[in-house]
Amino acid sequence: MEVLESGRGRLLQTPDLDGLRRWNREHKSMALVDKLVDEHEAVRRCIDDGDYIGFELYGTCRAPLSIVREIVRQGRRHLRLVGQGLQDVDWLVAAGMVDAMDITYNAYEVHGLSSVLRRAVEKQGLEVVEWSNAGIAWRFKAAAMGVPFLPIKSMLGTDTFVRSAGKVTEDPFGNGRVMLLPALVVDCAVIHVHRADRFGNCQLDGISGFALEIARASRKVLISAEEIVDTETIRQYPERNVIPYFLVDAVVHAPFGSHPGEMPYLYGRDEPSTLAWLESAKTLEGTEAFLDQTMRRLPNHAAYLELIGGAAKQAELRALAVGR
Amino acid sequence: MTERYNGTELLICLSARVMEDRSSAFIGTGVPMLAAALAKRLYAPELVSVFEFGGIGSSLKYLPRGVGESKTFYRALVATGICDVMETAARGFVTYGFLGGAQIDMYGNLNSTVIGDYEHPKVRLPGSGGGNDVGSFCWRTIAIMRHEPQRFIPKLDFVTTPGYLSGPGAREAAGLFPGSGPYRVVTNLATLGYDEESKRMQLIAVNPGVTVEEVVAATSFPLLLPAKVEENAPPTDEELRALREEIDPEHLYI
Repeated sequence: MEVLESGRGRLLQTPDLDGLRRWNREHKSMALVDKLVDEHEAVRRCIDDGDYIGFELYGTCRAPLSIVREIVRQGRRHLRLVGQGLQDVDWLVAAGMVDAMDITYNAYEVHGLSSVLRRAVEKQGLEVVEWSNAGIAWRFKAAAMGVPFLPIKSMLGTDTFVRSAGKVTEDPFGNGRVMLLPALVVDCAVIHVHRADRFGNCQLDGISGFALEIARASRKVLISAEEIVDTETIRQYPERNVIPYFLVDAVVHAPFGSHPGEMPYLYGRDEPSTLAWLESAKTLEGTEAFLDQTMRRLPNHAAYLELIGGAAKQAELRALAVGR
Repeated sequence: MTERYNGTELLICLSARVMEDRSSAFIGTGVPMLAAALAKRLYAPELVSVFEFGGIGSSLKYLPRGVGESKTFYRALVATGICDVMETAARGFVTYGFLGGAQIDMYGNLNSTVIGDYEHPKVRLPGSGGGNDVGSFCWRTIAIMRHEPQRFIPKLDFVTTPGYLSGPGAREAAGLFPGSGPYRVVTNLATLGYDEESKRMQLIAVNPGVTVEEVVAATSFPLLLPAKVEENAPPTDEELRALREEIDPEHLYI
C-alpha cells in the first residue's frame, strides 16, 4: 500500500506492539495479587517522569480527579498526555508537567474555552497533535487489538488530519481512500470506576466512555474506585467485569474521586466548584493559588474531602444524582 | 420594541423544526440539546438522541451541561461507549448531526481549532472533539452559527470538520462516504442550505424582521440566492412555553 498523504504532527508515542506484548509478559501476572494501596503509593508505582498518560472518562463525569490531584501533589516532569478532557488535563498542564499532548477536545462545553490550554498553546508553545474523538478512541482500540493501525473513514480531507500523525492510503479492497490511525500504546491509564475488588476487577455503571479500550491499550493501569467490593461480587456477575484484574497495577479507594465532576447514579456535579476553578484559571496567579490550596498543601484525598465540606457536602452532592 | 423571544430561543426553535420524526440526531452541547428536547416534545416524539460518550435514546427530560454526563443517558435505551457510538454512525445509522464552530465557509467546512496561524494561533479553540466524526459520518449535518462577516468567510484558518471540502465530488475523492454532508445552517439571521449541483451555500429563509440584504452583508463569501426567499415563522407560544417551563427552567442556556 502506498502512502498518499502524511499528517505533519509528531507521533508522540511509538506504536510498539512487540514492546507491549513483552511488557505484559514480564510485568503482568494472572495471579490474584492484592493491589489495594493509597493514592500516594499508586501514583508512585504507576507514573514516572516522561510517561505518556491517558485519563478516562470525560472531564466532569466519572473522572479520576483524586488521582490527578495526587499527581500534582507529587510532581512529575516531561509527561505527555492524551487530552480528551477538562480539569484532568488542565491541572497537569497548569502545573507545568506536560511537554506534549495528543488533543481532541479541551474546553468546558457550556462554560467555554480553557484558559490553561489557551495560555499553554498561544504563549508557552505547548506541542499538540490533533485527532477527532473517534480517532483517539480507535487508536486505543487498535492497541487493544494488537494491530499497528486501523483504517478509518473519518478525519479525511481536513486540517485535523494534516495536523495529526496519521497517514492516508487507498483501500486495496475497493473502498476508496482511508485514513490510517496509529495504535496508541499508553504508559499509564488512569480510570475511575464504581466498584473494584482489591485485585483490580472492575464494574462501572452507565456509559463506558472508552474505559475498556484504554485499559487494554496501556502498559500500566491505575484504578480508583468509589467502592471496594469483595471478589464474590465480581464472581456473581462476571459478565459485568469490564476491566479484568490482570490488566491492573494499582487499586485506590476514592469515594467522591470524581469531584467536582459527577459519578453516574451516585452523585451529581459540583458546578460552583468547577466555576471557581474556571475563575481562578483566568490568571497565572489564580491558577497557582488554586493548585496550592486544593492539591499541594493537602496531604491526601481525605483532606480534600474535608476541605470541600465533608459529610454535609457529600450528602448535598448525592442528592443531585440523576436516578434511573 | 421588546421582542417576545431572544436570539438563542429563536435558534433553538428553528433547529427543532428541521428534524424529522423517527430519525436520529447526534447531539452536541448547547443549542442542539435544547433543539432536540423541543423537537421531541412537539414535532418528533420518536427522535433518538445520540451522545458521543455512549448515551442513545434518552428521554431528554433533564438538560445536560455536557455530552458525557448522566443526563445524556437518563432513562435511555442504550448506555454504551464512544467506539460503539462512532461505529454506529460510521455504519449509517445516524441521520442528523449538529455542529458548531467559530468559522464556516461556502462549502460548509467548519473551524473549531484555531483562530489565526496554526503554529502561532491568536486563539486556541477546543479542537475537533467529535465534530470531525459527525461531519464525516452523519447523513445530514446542521451547523448552528452566529451570522457575522468574520465567521462566514471565504477561507477558514483551519478546516476542523469536513463540509463539502472544495466542492462537488471532493468528499468522495477524499475518501468520505457518498451521500453524507452539510444539510442546513441555522443562524440568528437565516436558515441556509446547499445548492445540489455546486454544493455552495444558499439562502433558504430569513428570520422574522431580517432582510436578504442583511444576510448578504453578514456573509463574506458570495451567497447563492434563490428566486424566492421564504421567511421563518417566529417561535410560537407553545414552543416558548415548552422551552422556558419544561426544557430549561433554570435558564442554563436561554
